[in-house]
Amino acid sequence: MKARPSGRAQSFQQRLRSGDDLAYLVTFAAALSILAITGLLVYQLYINSALSRHKFGWAFLTTRTWDPVAEQFGALPFIYGTVVTSGLALLIGIPLGVGAAIFLAELAPPKISSALTFLIELLAAVPSVIFGLLGVFVLIPALRTLEEPLRKTLGWTPLFTGPFYGVSLLSAGVVLAVMIIPFIISISREVILSVPNEQREAALALGATRWETTWDVVIPYAYKGITGSIFLALARSLGETMAVTMVVGNDPKINTSLFAPGYSIAAVIANEFTEATGDLYPSALIELGLVLFALTIVINGAARILVATTTQRAGS
Amino acid sequence: MTRTIFRAAIGVALFAGSTFAQQLLINGAGATFPYPMYSKWFDAYHKANPNLNFNYQSIGSGGGIKQITEGTVDFGASDGPMTDEQIAAYKAKRGNNILHFPTVLGAVVPTFNVPGVTELNFTADALAGIFLGKITKWNDAELTKANPGAKLPNAPIVVVHRSDGSGTTYVWVDYLAKISPEWKSKVGTATSVNWPVGLGGKGNEGVAGQIKQTPNSVGYVELIYAVQNKMAYGKVKNASGAYVQASLASVTAAAAKAAKTMPEDFRVSITNAEGKDVYPISSFTWLLVPDKIADGAKKKAMTDFLKWMLTGGQGLTEALDYAKLPKPVVDKELKAIAKIQ
Repeated sequence: MKARPSGRAQSFQQRLRSGDDLAYLVTFAAALSILAITGLLVYQLYINSALSRHKFGWAFLTTRTWDPVAEQFGALPFIYGTVVTSGLALLIGIPLGVGAAIFLAELAPPKISSALTFLIELLAAVPSVIFGLLGVFVLIPALRTLEEPLRKTLGWTPLFTGPFYGVSLLSAGVVLAVMIIPFIISISREVILSVPNEQREAALALGATRWETTWDVVIPYAYKGITGSIFLALARSLGETMAVTMVVGNDPKINTSLFAPGYSIAAVIANEFTEATGDLYPSALIELGLVLFALTIVINGAARILVATTTQRAGS
Repeated sequence: MTRTIFRAAIGVALFAGSTFAQQLLINGAGATFPYPMYSKWFDAYHKANPNLNFNYQSIGSGGGIKQITEGTVDFGASDGPMTDEQIAAYKAKRGNNILHFPTVLGAVVPTFNVPGVTELNFTADALAGIFLGKITKWNDAELTKANPGAKLPNAPIVVVHRSDGSGTTYVWVDYLAKISPEWKSKVGTATSVNWPVGLGGKGNEGVAGQIKQTPNSVGYVELIYAVQNKMAYGKVKNASGAYVQASLASVTAAAAKAAKTMPEDFRVSITNAEGKDVYPISSFTWLLVPDKIADGAKKKAMTDFLKWMLTGGQGLTEALDYAKLPKPVVDKELKAIAKIQ
């Protein structure tokens, strides 16, 4: 620069610089606290599940029995129920959520878009017990009317067989889908909106139609953000407790049919922890918490690898 | 909100007016089933003794036992008596004994939804068979025999049970274990069990909702819940061979029969009690009080409250649909209060 700043300005500059340091430290501490909370969580889950881990070992993950009286505990039915209901929720939620986000961000008239976005953000704030009640009183009766058509068209698969009591893996999956869709729409829409307009203009200038622009240019550009929204939705559905326990049937058995009742990890912890007496029983429930944590990491990790490989392809 | 503020204001006024009399807070935690009764009692007792406050957290029986064992509360409360192991653990940790005081009685009733059927009789074998998954159809001989007038359909029985650990489940399976050796060996008694069949509903309302929505279903809920929500529930054949509808009187009767054989520590199950007028799926609920309370003021407050609860307090029970303790049990408990040192 031209001239060195005078003494007063220099000290101001210094203070500003030390402000930089301060800001660095404050934000660093905030970031560190996340690490600390996660670490502490895992540590506590690990320490307090020691009894159950020693007694059952890895067999805990593959045992189907959950018997508090005989103190025989296995996590498999709960892992199965959690994965199936969340998988079903994503299967329904992703096309609907991403589709709606594309419409709201790219195609809808601004007035409709802002009104709908407001409603969706409202939906994201509805407590899960309300979704559970809607599930019990509205969705399940509705699913009963869908039972026969489903049986007729898809009854040949093992997925839609056996008696249907209303509460089932299917009901839980659909309720979860309704709960996660607002997350997918809200975040995906923001991400799509943040795609630079030059991208669109360039594509249109090259003669692409509006839909071609959206599908071949905007969506690949926003791909990472959209998958991020799906991860968040997945995390929510894996950990959802109240709404699931109200509609899933709470039966720790493994059934291939989606009409059959099931159970999820979060639901069983919430249901049984308050009355769990003795030493081994609470310990087994805490180990379930650890399993849920690990499950989230594994699923997220697998999904991230999937995204990394597909984005490379999309980029090339 | 304004009421709390109002109360707080009165509390402050009383506090200031009573020449700084000692305010005493007694903490308790445990069973959810007697919670409405306990809060009524604590409120009424606080009005008569403004310097004494009770703080009761209804965190569940298991939690109550845990907290009193850890010594984080002054008393616990449980819908099932503490087991010998739990008492041993308590003694090892606290160095004194724990006393059980029955407070009120509850009952669990079979509730059902069979189209066209409003009244049902259940034999012990029928209940055990249904919940073991051996009786699977409503027109099973065991059920039609007990219900000659009812048109029972040839439909599969949908069983609904509690999914959350609860005292209600404890009483229900305690009864099933007494009447069915198979239940006792295969399933057992606890606040949560490994159910052979059925769907799980969360809380009384979860079970009730599930039954309401599912034709041909059967489940169990607390008597009070069934009465207050005007649900249909069945009569149960008792040990003396009579079909009895659960009511405050028939539940108190079950306790009266048990009074004669009541052990010194009051840890007794009164399910399947003998007697013509006895409802067989009844149970006490207990307060858990240490037999040594070091703080003299707390000790006096606790014993005074127990005396009042057993005498004046029992008069408040029926307004809230709880069955009161029979006289012999009250007399026995009044004597047991002296054990608190």
